[in-house]
Amino acid sequence: MTDSTADLIATDGALADGKLKSVLAVRERPPRPSGVTASLTFGWRAMLKIKHVPEQLFDVTMFPIMFTLLFTYLFGGALAGSPTEYIQVLLPGILVQAVVFITMYAGMGLNTDIKKGVFDRFRSMPIWRPAPMVGLLLGDALRFVLASIVVLALGLIIGFRPEGGPLGVIAGVALTILFAFSISWVWTLLGLVMRTPEAVLNTSMTVLFPVIFASNIFVDPATMPGWLESVVDLNPITHLTSAVRGLMGGDVAASDLVWVFASSAVLIAVFAPLTMRVYGRK
Amino acid sequence: MRERNDGSGPAVSTAGLVKAFGDNRAVDGIDLTIEPGMVFGLLGPNGAGKTTTIRMLATLLQPDEGTATVLGHDVVRDADEVRSRVSMTGQYASVDEDLTGTENLVMIARLLGYDKAGARDRAAELLDAFGLADAADRQIKNYSGGMRRRIDIAASIVVPPDLIFLDEPTTGLDPRSRNQVWEVVRALVADGTTVLLTTQYLDEADQLADRIAVIDHGKVIAEGTSSELKASVGAGALHVRVRDGDRREEARAMLERSLGVSVNLESDGISLSARVDDALRVPAALTELNDAAIEVTEFSLGQPSLDEVFLALTGRPAEEIEPDGRPNADEPAEREGATL
Repeated sequence: MTDSTADLIATDGALADGKLKSVLAVRERPPRPSGVTASLTFGWRAMLKIKHVPEQLFDVTMFPIMFTLLFTYLFGGALAGSPTEYIQVLLPGILVQAVVFITMYAGMGLNTDIKKGVFDRFRSMPIWRPAPMVGLLLGDALRFVLASIVVLALGLIIGFRPEGGPLGVIAGVALTILFAFSISWVWTLLGLVMRTPEAVLNTSMTVLFPVIFASNIFVDPATMPGWLESVVDLNPITHLTSAVRGLMGGDVAASDLVWVFASSAVLIAVFAPLTMRVYGRK
Repeated sequence: MRERNDGSGPAVSTAGLVKAFGDNRAVDGIDLTIEPGMVFGLLGPNGAGKTTTIRMLATLLQPDEGTATVLGHDVVRDADEVRSRVSMTGQYASVDEDLTGTENLVMIARLLGYDKAGARDRAAELLDAFGLADAADRQIKNYSGGMRRRIDIAASIVVPPDLIFLDEPTTGLDPRSRNQVWEVVRALVADGTTVLLTTQYLDEADQLADRIAVIDHGKVIAEGTSSELKASVGAGALHVRVRDGDRREEARAMLERSLGVSVNLESDGISLSARVDDALRVPAALTELNDAAIEVTEFSLGQPSLDEVFLALTGRPAEEIEPDGRPNADEPAEREGATL
């Protein structure tokens, strides 16, 4: 919940002169923290932000619920004979869609931090350079997990029955989150180079919408025109969706897994160093 | 008081520092030497290049040309070493608005290597010293302007730095809050920290800074102590008030003759003022008035204000070039420098 005091202005106090001297007299210079500690500290910051501004969880809960219900009941009958049939195919895809959409907020959050000057402080501190970015991604991890739980719980309620069992489901979620982390670096780069948080969001949406819909999440690519089918086949989201379906259904194709790992590796190899380069220079 | 500089070198030394954003040379060849333990003021209007200079010294921007060393370390090659010795307090309240005062300070303490318990103790101690104990658990977005500036400075001294950059620390603050920030700055200096502050306020530079560099269009146009800058403009401002307004014209003629400068008549009908180059001629001029039985009820010979200094150096009064005094208006080109 929001702070009940949020609308009150905090009370001002007076400077304590003697105490000011003593806080300045501290000579202790603690040992520099490890990259892990620094990243976890930024992750803690991300958790605190969720605690203070819980509205931001709306995107990771309401949207997945809306999409799952809408698509299942609107298209289920037409596409798969019945909503229950359709949810078996749709749910892993909706999970991919929900989690991949959330990645956009990484770029927006970073851009907001830059605008507010918080990043200037972090960048002027002697800490492991990627830590603020890694911390943001750790905060996103919580969102990814929450969205996954919401989608899965709703799916199970309305008839999703994964044959791969709990382990298959967990493996599917883990694979989705791995890919989400990788694609997040694209948005952190955008977050660093673009002027406003809104521009970052618009650009990431413009990229993500076609990538997510031109995939096998909602319909069988075999029903599409030939040229589109070839595009869909090259889309990493298609392979991710197939792999997650496979893992949750207990029958995964190795080629899909290879595709997902390879595209994740390429995304990180290209965009993480670019992000860090821009971050160092800015 | 302790020595915070190893070796005897300057705290900051720059040579030919340049930073351009597109066609705009925000910093255009700045040479500065700042001795350790002093308060050095960078004074200039919005867009003069103050913030860009400070951001380069704090390793947030890389210079296009020239070199800068901070506490003996090159800001590009030894950036990490510089970062471990300096703190930066920006024009923006650079703490996280969504977090509380305690959370912000604990986070920074953790990032600087404090363990969890140590970080909490340090945060509480700082909040108390800065008069923010009652607001410790409030989100920063509910703080007043003065409180924000103080939490920002508190965040900069979680581990007391050897050199602190204060970028327009009092812009937009009310007088009470401004005095509190000044008190903090004085405490920092008393503790041996070198302070580099930027300001658009002439009286602030006058009050706090041991030395001042006046910056305009990315260049240092004058540097020295406040008195030196004032002296470079002229000895001072003479102000004379006569009892009998009818004899003012007569007094004016006598003063102009003996001082060799033009004398202005003030609107009150009894006062005269003049800018004098040679203060030593003033007593003789006053004696002359006395001899002519023109009774002087009040006179003063003051140093010129920094406003007058700025006018003399740039040809423009300082006020005219800071039309709004908004806190975040400095150097918009820099913020918008990078686009996709």
